[in-house]
Amino acid sequence: MSASRVTIFAGHYGSGKTNVAVNYALWLRFSHPKVMIADLDIVNPYFRTKDSAEKLQAAGIKLISSDTANSNVDAPSVPGEINSIFDNTEWYSVIDVGGDDRGAYALGRYHEKFLQDSVSSFLVVNMYRPLSRDVEATLEIMREIETAARLKFTGMINNSNLGPDTTPADIINSIPYAEEISRETKLPVVMTSVIRSLAAELEASIPNLFPIDVEEYVWQKSQK
Amino acid sequence: MAEKVLMKGNEAVAEAAIMAGCRHFFGYPITPQTELAAYMAKRMPKLGGTYLQAESEIAAINMVYGASAAGVRAMTSSSSPGLSLKSEGLSYLAGSDLPAVVVNIQRGGPGLGGIRPSQADYFHATRSTGHGDFHLIVLAPNTVQEMFDLTIEAFELADKYRVTAMVLGDGMLGQVMEPVDISRAGNITTFAKDWALTGTQGKRSKNIVNSLYLEAEELEMLNLKRYEKYAEVGKYARTDSYLTEDAEVIVVAYGICARIAKNAVNGARKKGVKAGLIRPITLWPFPKKQMKAAAATAKAFVVVEMSMGQMVEDVELSIRCSRPVILCSRTGGMVPTDEAVISAIMEADRTERS
Repeated sequence: MSASRVTIFAGHYGSGKTNVAVNYALWLRFSHPKVMIADLDIVNPYFRTKDSAEKLQAAGIKLISSDTANSNVDAPSVPGEINSIFDNTEWYSVIDVGGDDRGAYALGRYHEKFLQDSVSSFLVVNMYRPLSRDVEATLEIMREIETAARLKFTGMINNSNLGPDTTPADIINSIPYAEEISRETKLPVVMTSVIRSLAAELEASIPNLFPIDVEEYVWQKSQK
Repeated sequence: MAEKVLMKGNEAVAEAAIMAGCRHFFGYPITPQTELAAYMAKRMPKLGGTYLQAESEIAAINMVYGASAAGVRAMTSSSSPGLSLKSEGLSYLAGSDLPAVVVNIQRGGPGLGGIRPSQADYFHATRSTGHGDFHLIVLAPNTVQEMFDLTIEAFELADKYRVTAMVLGDGMLGQVMEPVDISRAGNITTFAKDWALTGTQGKRSKNIVNSLYLEAEELEMLNLKRYEKYAEVGKYARTDSYLTEDAEVIVVAYGICARIAKNAVNGARKKGVKAGLIRPITLWPFPKKQMKAAAATAKAFVVVEMSMGQMVEDVELSIRCSRPVILCSRTGGMVPTDEAVISAIMEADRTERS
């Protein structure tokens, strides 16, 4: 997997964009000294890129996030600092976009900038989400996002999962869904992201497997 | 298609309502509940149902009144400040014995407060949801699966008793994503509504839905009758218990706090304290009997909630203040830590058995 200078993660609301984007930034950091991640979410007030601030900081990754993220202010704002993505061309940048077409509107503003740069834009999909359970519905969401963002996707990421209940079989069962989307859209499946604990078991059967770690919240501990 | 889906709590409530046969949703957006309305906006038109974003919360609850009077399953949802606005309508629904489902995904208050999770509307839900003598059935889920299951139950209970059933969640439960088995929605119970305003077709005498009574005697009689119904609903009080059999310290918590409390009970047990958890699933009716039974063997109680202390009063009342009750709480959108709950359990354990 070779990285573009700018990598955008967009997709259906709750498809797992933030988790995948944070892990992708951490992965990028292994091979690049200057990596930044920008939270462009103007939709969701909870569960933001900022939740991983400590982890990102420890890895030496710069986080661009709204001052109001995770606060009591429900202001759908984009920090001006986002522009540093385009000014600092020696940096690799990861952009975490808000869900659905509503969230993708925030990208449209940077349309001209993206045209002049090396950009990968990935559609994150999860077939276990209620409104993207079949290919047709997922494609509809994809088209809505592309229109709102003024951007064409260049690849897709199969992030199908059932949270803590995910089994290897659930991942295997999502492969035909991802492949069908890939066939319909001509977008390559650039990775299948899975929680790290399942990676070893799936490594042999799934190409481009991308193990990820997720944030654990106090009330989620040992509830299984 | 998968049997299990990964859902936000807000989405689970919306999907459950649809599966329960609700085709009339009236709402007004407010964080952290908005995904519920957004989900309805996407799904309802495809099902031939009605999603209507009203001009205000007050309009939305009165639309629920109208739809319910016509005999259909109707609902509205909001978060704390929105519920204050709906209070008048909820009182009118009760005065007219109309079934309805209302969802409160609580946020920090009072006033505009904040958007982080809270449980500070406990009094509003169980005591003073509006003016006059009335109650709502209040259900308190603690997982996304329960958000789904209890929403279906809310529709059934509302129709069965002709009352409003409230699903009382918090911002965290509304926003978090967890797997949900939606095949559980197989059997939905429906009830004949011979009181509904469906048109007489010239074949029966007219039905009237109304909450205005000109004679005090008549209104008193109706209130007495309604409270006989509430007494029957009282039998429905329900809890979930964890390690209570030999518990000397009983932790009482509902919703998201119950999950933290459960971890704390395990933590306290590791430190040698016999702790147990009672999680009220119904907040009204409050499980008084279950609390009283626990007081027979426990020496102290710890109540964990995200408010300045509201449910703690119901616990004290239920056990007639016969045991010390320690409050462990955070407010304003903050969530208690399991360490804080463990400390409260240790403190409770040091109290002398009376």
